[in-house]
Amino acid sequence: MKKGIYFLVLLLFISTLVFTAFSIRSFGAPPNSDMDNYIIENGQEETGANNIISGVVYDYRGFDTLGEVTVLFTASIAFMVLIRRLND
Amino acid sequence: MSEGPITKDVLVKTVTKILIPPIQLFGLYVIMHGHISPGGGFQGGVIIASSFILYALVFGYREGAHRAKLKIRQFLEPLGPIIFGTIGLICILFSGNFLQYSAIPILANAEIAATAISLVEIGIGITVTAVIFSIFMAMGGRKTDG
Repeated sequence: MKKGIYFLVLLLFISTLVFTAFSIRSFGAPPNSDMDNYIIENGQEETGANNIISGVVYDYRGFDTLGEVTVLFTASIAFMVLIRRLND
Repeated sequence: MSEGPITKDVLVKTVTKILIPPIQLFGLYVIMHGHISPGGGFQGGVIIASSFILYALVFGYREGAHRAKLKIRQFLEPLGPIIFGTIGLICILFSGNFLQYSAIPILANAEIAATAISLVEIGIGITVTAVIFSIFMAMGGRKTDG
């Protein structure tokens, strides 16, 4: 009885995964490409950066990067408080 | 952890002295060319911090703490978020959105529009360098007084 339930759940899980794997889009065909197309076409003129990754990370997603740096800084403070002994 | 130099090997010390300037130069290159070639503030900062870590590993904890003092590191750590936020607020001052670099009149010219990105990357590089080296020194500087 118990083994039957396990087998049923396993079958459901596997069928879900297989169904998802077959219904996924092919590589290089994202569902919504409006924003990436816009960035690829206008990124260089708008940000002035030849490296489009820098253009996205530091300009289009600048707020996200600001958060990342703040997280790094906060982690450093937490590390200092928890780990450091006063012999520096 | 021993206070003095870990190694007395002349070879290791000499090679370290020769190797540190190119490492730091490469780190600066990665930061300053972040908007042209692969790289950026995070990667270049880690490279520069690795040169400091190499120095502290070879010449000992005391010498490393003397070269990059704690007070200097504590001053440099928040510099990245401060520069980033200041540039963002300057954009608001010129009636743009937060972090909308093109609102700054000097940067409206597309030729030098990447200056803001470079400034932000320099700030991030300073922060990452100080943070990585501080974490290394905090872990390596623990005394086993148990």
